[in-house]
Amino acid sequence: MNVVHTAPAFELPGVDGRIHSLEEYADAPVLVLIQSCNHCPYVLAWEGRINALQREYAERGVRIVAISSNDAEAYPADSFERMFDHTREADYAFDYLYDESQEVARALGSERTPECFVYDADRRLVYHGAVDDSREESEVTTHYVRDAIEAALAGEAPPVAETQPVGCTVKWRT
Amino acid sequence: MRIEFLYWEGCPSHPEAKELLQLVLDERGIDDPIEVREVVSHDDAVALAFPGSPTIRIDGRDVDPAGAHAPPSMSCRVYRLPGDRVSPIPSRQQLEEALS
Repeated sequence: MNVVHTAPAFELPGVDGRIHSLEEYADAPVLVLIQSCNHCPYVLAWEGRINALQREYAERGVRIVAISSNDAEAYPADSFERMFDHTREADYAFDYLYDESQEVARALGSERTPECFVYDADRRLVYHGAVDDSREESEVTTHYVRDAIEAALAGEAPPVAETQPVGCTVKWRT
Repeated sequence: MRIEFLYWEGCPSHPEAKELLQLVLDERGIDDPIEVREVVSHDDAVALAFPGSPTIRIDGRDVDPAGAHAPPSMSCRVYRLPGDRVSPIPSRQQLEEALS
């Protein structure tokens, strides 16, 4: 799939019981969309760091939004209902939305979970790829998403604009 | 010793897991072959009681008994490691314990 370089419009239900749209985040100087899910061990390995990023950058208006698009019929652990449970268990500080039709995943050009898309204030894609360079937190040397957020907040280009996302495949409907 | 390595191509963790398994086997001087089997369908997963990729069994015993009885699934397997960590592959310690 080809990654699109502007944030796609969306209107999706969240685990907070509300419908969320791209426009809702218009005031955020940086928006990070993350293709995600409940069951993938790569997501589970990284979600704590994603949560920490949201908590750290909340004061500066940065919004992280995770989106699950996986086929919940084939992967019941990724159902909308299980998303509620997982959000509570993991104490997510960010919005977690359900893309049942998979249209947003297609619009993003997602292939993996987790897969990150960092957009600047004009919603231009400034970084696409992995959260950082190791699923083992103790071995991380480069914080791709953090660096991209900082760069976007400063109105600059990030040092790295693209990496290969590492994770489970998006579970497409057949 | 029978060493089974079951994997699903849709999960990217199997090369790393197999490499770690081979490393641990080499360190212990175990030269029994690894029986590698690709799981290609849900029916396969059910027939092999495959809880996710990769699954490693030593003489029929899963290297992570706690996760061995999860429902059959064509997905990446979750390994719970010490320190509340999660990994898509078993730890070296789990492999070593399974081989001892």
